[in-house]
Amino acid sequence: MSILHWVVLAPFLYAIIIPILFTYMKRVHTGWFILPLPFLLFIYFCSKIPTTSQLQTDVFTLTWIPSIGIDFSLMLDGLGMLFSLLITGIGTLVILYSIFYLDKAKEKLNQFYVYLLLFMGAMLGIVLSDNLIVLYMFWEITSISSFLLIGFWNNRRNSRNGAIKSMVITVFGGLSLLAGIILLYLMTGTFQISEIIASVQQNSIMTDPLFILAMICVLLGAFTKSAQFPFHIWLPDAMEAPTPVSAYLHSATMVKAGIYLVARLSPVFAVSGYWLWLVSIVGIVTLIYGSFFAIKQTDLKGILAYSTISQLGMIMSLLGIGAAGVHYESETTYYIATAAAVFHLLNHATFKGSLFMVVGIIDHETGTRDIRRLSGLMQVMPITFTISIIGAFSMAGLPPFNGFLSKEMFFASMLNILEFNLFNMQTWGLLLPIIAWIGSIFTFVYSMILVFKPFAGAFKPEKLATKPHEAPIGMLISPIILVSLVIVIGLFPDLVANTILSPAISSIYGGGSYDLHIYHWHGFQPELFMTIGVILAGILLYKTREKWTTIYRVFPTILNRLYDILRFKTEGSFNSLTNRYMVGSLRTYLIYIFSFFVFILLLTMILKDGFTSDLSNLAPIGAYEIGLSFVLIIATISILFAKSRLTSIILLGAVGYTVSLFYVVFRAPDLALTQLVIETVSVALFLLCFYHLPKNARKKESIPFKLSNAIVSILVGLVVMLIAISSYSNKLFGSIAEFYVENTYKKAAGENMVNVILVDFRGFDTLFEIAVLAIASIGIFTMIKLRMGGKKSENK
Amino acid sequence: MFQLIMNASLLIVSISTIIFIYRVIKGPTTPDRVVALDAIGINLVAITAILSVVLNTSAFLEVILLIGILAFIGTIAFSKYLEKGVIIDHDNDNN
Repeated sequence: MSILHWVVLAPFLYAIIIPILFTYMKRVHTGWFILPLPFLLFIYFCSKIPTTSQLQTDVFTLTWIPSIGIDFSLMLDGLGMLFSLLITGIGTLVILYSIFYLDKAKEKLNQFYVYLLLFMGAMLGIVLSDNLIVLYMFWEITSISSFLLIGFWNNRRNSRNGAIKSMVITVFGGLSLLAGIILLYLMTGTFQISEIIASVQQNSIMTDPLFILAMICVLLGAFTKSAQFPFHIWLPDAMEAPTPVSAYLHSATMVKAGIYLVARLSPVFAVSGYWLWLVSIVGIVTLIYGSFFAIKQTDLKGILAYSTISQLGMIMSLLGIGAAGVHYESETTYYIATAAAVFHLLNHATFKGSLFMVVGIIDHETGTRDIRRLSGLMQVMPITFTISIIGAFSMAGLPPFNGFLSKEMFFASMLNILEFNLFNMQTWGLLLPIIAWIGSIFTFVYSMILVFKPFAGAFKPEKLATKPHEAPIGMLISPIILVSLVIVIGLFPDLVANTILSPAISSIYGGGSYDLHIYHWHGFQPELFMTIGVILAGILLYKTREKWTTIYRVFPTILNRLYDILRFKTEGSFNSLTNRYMVGSLRTYLIYIFSFFVFILLLTMILKDGFTSDLSNLAPIGAYEIGLSFVLIIATISILFAKSRLTSIILLGAVGYTVSLFYVVFRAPDLALTQLVIETVSVALFLLCFYHLPKNARKKESIPFKLSNAIVSILVGLVVMLIAISSYSNKLFGSIAEFYVENTYKKAAGENMVNVILVDFRGFDTLFEIAVLAIASIGIFTMIKLRMGGKKSENK
Repeated sequence: MFQLIMNASLLIVSISTIIFIYRVIKGPTTPDRVVALDAIGINLVAITAILSVVLNTSAFLEVILLIGILAFIGTIAFSKYLEKGVIIDHDNDNN
């Protein structure tokens, strides 16, 4: 096991001892014990930056299930490094924030930190796994731990619903991802990502018939996890989670797992035009949809949720467009899109994390997150206001913050793609920059709402439940660190460009090193005018928003309603469907069973042309057989029409005795003996049952005629008869009876062949038939005895 | 000649059995049916005996004995049932 394995497993191992710490160290907030772990991991990953920035990729393999190619192998490359730093870094800050956010007396902290560490370990596992099955395993652990964290306040109905919704949607995507992984395995013969990429580069799998299917399955997994349209609906509902969870899972890490997957598998799929179009179209639609609906929200976390959706869409669309770079190896124009994606990924994690924490502070200090009740907090919470203005301006893409840089790169790559002359990009590609631009205007508007609605205006303390005041310093540390990162990255982007970003880009492309330089000022390029246009149009829209926000009434929340229909209405309809066929009547079930029996056998017989009748090996029919058959038929038919049950029992006895006569005619004395005795006993048993029938049910009436019963029974008889005739006509080989005839006396010292077979040649069957009889008799005994015992205890 | 006699007697016994069966089905009261069944049992003895002569085997002699016993037991059981409503008395019922 390498250190990296211990790094991934550390959160899981640490999660085991959290409940102990919680129980025995009551006086200290449990979070303080957790805090060192992600910090140490963060330092470990920082120490590895020199290795990854040299584009060295280490693969550590631990055999797990080698027989089917599943190894716990980890790989630390540029992309994994970027995500690991995000996970551990923001994880440290979020845990620090949660120490002050969650009350140590009121909350179940042990559960919270166990779930959080589970999530952290799983997330590290996702981004570091080199094996797709292991990746899938960690993927599902993030789904489960996210479910647990969203439903942390499980006494609230909304929390539970949000948790279920996110679980259903992400697990749906996860399963489809598993299908995609298996399809990839079928095409390439390995689960190792590095080997898949290597084999794809040697011989393209694009022509494989499974290729498109695998791509769609993998993308479904990525889109559901990363809240892309139309699977984004779980993310706003996941805002019922505690704010540290929203900040960590639903802005910085988990929702980026889908982004990670798309980036990681880009070398596999990017050669295909479908990939480029699917990823970028879904991304751009998510971008505009999320930013448009973010303005409608009145809950601060709702705004942030839709904003996250929209920003994830932006990153996704950039990754899609970055796929164009595969087609032009020499051109540097297209890899700028991937650079923008990776850069914005980092930026988004910083400013969105800080914004969530700000919202948590507002919620914590005022008791509400509703922007209609909040205003003028600037006076009482100046530090929070500063943090939020930096975060929001960065989100809106204003200089000098880091959001500006990635937004400029975003516009640049959207414009560059217009020159790309494959896959109809020339005709339809123009839509991309236009939608991106409009989406950015909405982004600007909701960013302004986010910062100015609660903080600007007149201070109205009478609308608030508690008296607002500045947050404690402990709560402010994490967002301050995040916004200082926003500023530092904004001012000195080259700090991260060649150390973290360019190795990540090179692991997405799989090529050599990319010399990446990010400038604040790159002349009067079209993207600068686009940004200026965004700011002007955004300010205009923000000022006039009372006039035009009425249009939201036109847009119903159709997707959520669709989900509700799928979840609740289908439940009802399936329920009624089940009630319709599971009627509880044995007669109906027997009709199902028999009709299916008839259907499947007749169908097979017709499809396979199975009916044959070969009359050559039939024995001559004697007069006794005819006579006995006649008796048997009369007795059987009479049972059906018997008026009283006693008659039926007697007729059944007659059938049994006739059968024993058949045994006599067909020369089976042992069978005849047994049949006679058994028939007598069973008739006696029937009489016993008959006597014990309840009085009011002892109506002497014949069996009521039902046409369906008649049809089914006639068909069953017919089918069995046809099969018997066909199978008798198809004797493929002779009998093995010759052996018994020869050896009954010679080898087994007996003259009665039936008995010798029963106890000697095939005595095992007899043993277990004895066992059956023993069980039956013990069963009958217990049924009678236990019931009597029950009665006795009732009497007492 | 021997074969013919055997077949003829088998036919006669069979016809009598069929007539008994008519009584079993039609029989207005249960005792009618029980007596008919008993007689059918005895007829079965006859049929089995004749058949084993026809088939020229002694393997079915046990069957003949068994049918005799069973017919007896069956008829007794039925009679007891018709008389008392139970076949096997409980110890308590005697008191």
